[in-house]
Amino acid sequence: MSAVTSPAFRDNARAALGDRQLQRALAEVPRGLAARRSAARADLPEFEALREAGRAIKDHTLAHLDLYLEAFEKKARAAGSQVHFAPTAEDARAIVRDICRQAGARVVTKGKSMISEEIGLNQALEADGIEVVETDLGEYLIQIRGETPSHIIAPAIHLTQDQVEADFRRLHTGLPADRQLAEPAQLVAEARQVLRGRFLAADVGITGANFMIAETGSTVIVTNEGNGDLTQSLPRVHVVLASIEKMVPTLEDVDTLIRLLARSATGQEISTYTTFSTGPRRAGDPDGPEACHIVILDNGRSELLGGPFREVLRCIRCGACMNHCPVYGAIGGHAYGWVYPGPIGSVLTPALIGVRQARHLPNASTFCGRCEEVCPMKIPLPGLMRHWREAEFDARATPLLYRLGLAAWAAAARRPRLYHALARLLMPALGALGRRRGAFRRLPLLGGWTRHRDLAAPQGRTFQALWADTRAGVPR
Amino acid sequence: MPVSAKSAAARPRVGLFVTCLVDLFRPSVGFAAVRLLEQAGCEVDVPARQTCCGQPAYNSGDRASARALARQTVAAFEAHDYVVAPSGSCAGMLRLHYPELLASDPAWRERAAAFAGKVHELVSFLVDVRGLAAVAARLPARATYHDSCSGLRELGVRDQPRKLLRTVEGLELVELADADVCCGFGGTFSVKYPDISNAIVERKTEQVAASKADLLLAGDLGCLMNMAGKLSRQGRRIAVRHVAEVLAGELADPPIGEGRP
Repeated sequence: MSAVTSPAFRDNARAALGDRQLQRALAEVPRGLAARRSAARADLPEFEALREAGRAIKDHTLAHLDLYLEAFEKKARAAGSQVHFAPTAEDARAIVRDICRQAGARVVTKGKSMISEEIGLNQALEADGIEVVETDLGEYLIQIRGETPSHIIAPAIHLTQDQVEADFRRLHTGLPADRQLAEPAQLVAEARQVLRGRFLAADVGITGANFMIAETGSTVIVTNEGNGDLTQSLPRVHVVLASIEKMVPTLEDVDTLIRLLARSATGQEISTYTTFSTGPRRAGDPDGPEACHIVILDNGRSELLGGPFREVLRCIRCGACMNHCPVYGAIGGHAYGWVYPGPIGSVLTPALIGVRQARHLPNASTFCGRCEEVCPMKIPLPGLMRHWREAEFDARATPLLYRLGLAAWAAAARRPRLYHALARLLMPALGALGRRRGAFRRLPLLGGWTRHRDLAAPQGRTFQALWADTRAGVPR
Repeated sequence: MPVSAKSAAARPRVGLFVTCLVDLFRPSVGFAAVRLLEQAGCEVDVPARQTCCGQPAYNSGDRASARALARQTVAAFEAHDYVVAPSGSCAGMLRLHYPELLASDPAWRERAAAFAGKVHELVSFLVDVRGLAAVAARLPARATYHDSCSGLRELGVRDQPRKLLRTVEGLELVELADADVCCGFGGTFSVKYPDISNAIVERKTEQVAASKADLLLAGDLGCLMNMAGKLSRQGRRIAVRHVAEVLAGELADPPIGEGRP
């Protein structure tokens, strides 16, 4: 599994807040992806109806997932694919390594796949002496920098153009030193030129899947660069990595979900390439792989099916939740410390790596609700984060000082007479202390607040005390 | 507008849910709410057996305490036609989350559902339920309005405050860029993750400054104290008030976080 730094979330966040390059990159997110989604949504009057339809498709599929997985397997085998079920990340890695060994693979090209990140596939293949080449531009950028994705659809969203240019000049040494790279198009052209040779050299191509279709045994990828098509059609062997919840019953269902996916992700009506793959090359096909393997990963997901977190399995990985999250917008994806950042990660990560390691993630939300508002699959993300907080509280894993504070406050709040008596004593005193300035610059126990902002002083007596006076005829 | 036989009475009896922050920090908001409700033809009562809506417990995973506070609050307001809170966050808790919290409790399920149905956020109650179209207030200022998250997304409070603010004499209302983006308060989030909270509120105060407003308004005291605290730490001279204070002309007290001479 890929490395976990979620326990150090606070430190990660602090470092991210102090990283000026990162902050420059993050400042573009609201003006980019979020604004484009908003425009696309406004252009489609039936968007809300589509969300309902999408939710219904996924809910239905999840309720009968065992049946659809079996149906898919049957159809995929009939089309000539080999289907492998991987209960864990380790199993998935072993399956792909075996496929590559049997193919005698020396070079493996990859389309973008979050499942590959989840199972830590690249390191495993590299340990076997295989050259692994990421062909999605964003994935390529982070691969050459030795980083991990910071976003599920825009893996290099944390980088600025200047950083990319510097990396290209450093790594692509065979090219003229005085070449122009100031324009995005020039960077893309250079990446294409470098990658073209690797596409042709690859023995195995690995892609993810946005959908698996039970009706036809097909898998679907949605891309904007065309790299996925070259990855899956040029090498001798094509490997698809997909997790169980990517299943949908029919082609028509994919049609509904794709209309939601592209709009929610990038604001496009449809992605540049939407590619359906059904088995290897048939007799008479002009191209395509000789063999096609579909590796279906569980890795803890089936355990979510029967519980309160089932709804998270509706996710179609559009990334809209992170594009609209104020916390993600402030700290970026790496601070979350594992593969899936942002609100969806704050719900999914504790399920996949354990709430002890990931306890900060569901806590680090303001519950502003924007993620749920934009989620095309209507996943109640804040509610599910609250479920994790409840699990943590019930397991007595909430930090002790916080628990004690909460218990003391609740004990008072549950006794209105005591509560109001205490408030009548405390607030006027605090109010008198802060009366002249109107605010405190520092207060004991509230350092978290006053480190960055002043705390307004109370006006003085409580409303309840003043109200009692006015009822008794005493003027305010 | 669905009107029950009871609420059709000339003067519906409104229970004011004061909210703990208003009770403790800014009673003037409570009095502003009372004044506005009375102007809208309501009889206002303030039950003494209310404290906090329980959101800090609920959002910290402590359902037992949240349930206890939910029962306490429901019991305190059973005699009222409406329950009105000068906060979208607390009203959202009462209206949407209490029924969920008490759903598995047969003794309280129906009481919670009946209670939830009569809960409203103050300004949306005035406009949507009481049909208030204008207020008799005056304040020469260039004001901007921040949409607090819960009121906006849970209760649909958006146009109502703007509608009434436009009737305040002398007040120029300018739109805030990204008005619907969180201010970074998030209740206990602001003290659990202060650095992240700070980064979010810094973006908010940048936008407030860019609006060139000299008065920032919102409908939730938590958000207001967060934004006022940041503006004051940054040395920006922008007054901050709860929208109810302006609508009610309840302006004798200095703005949030400002001292008395």
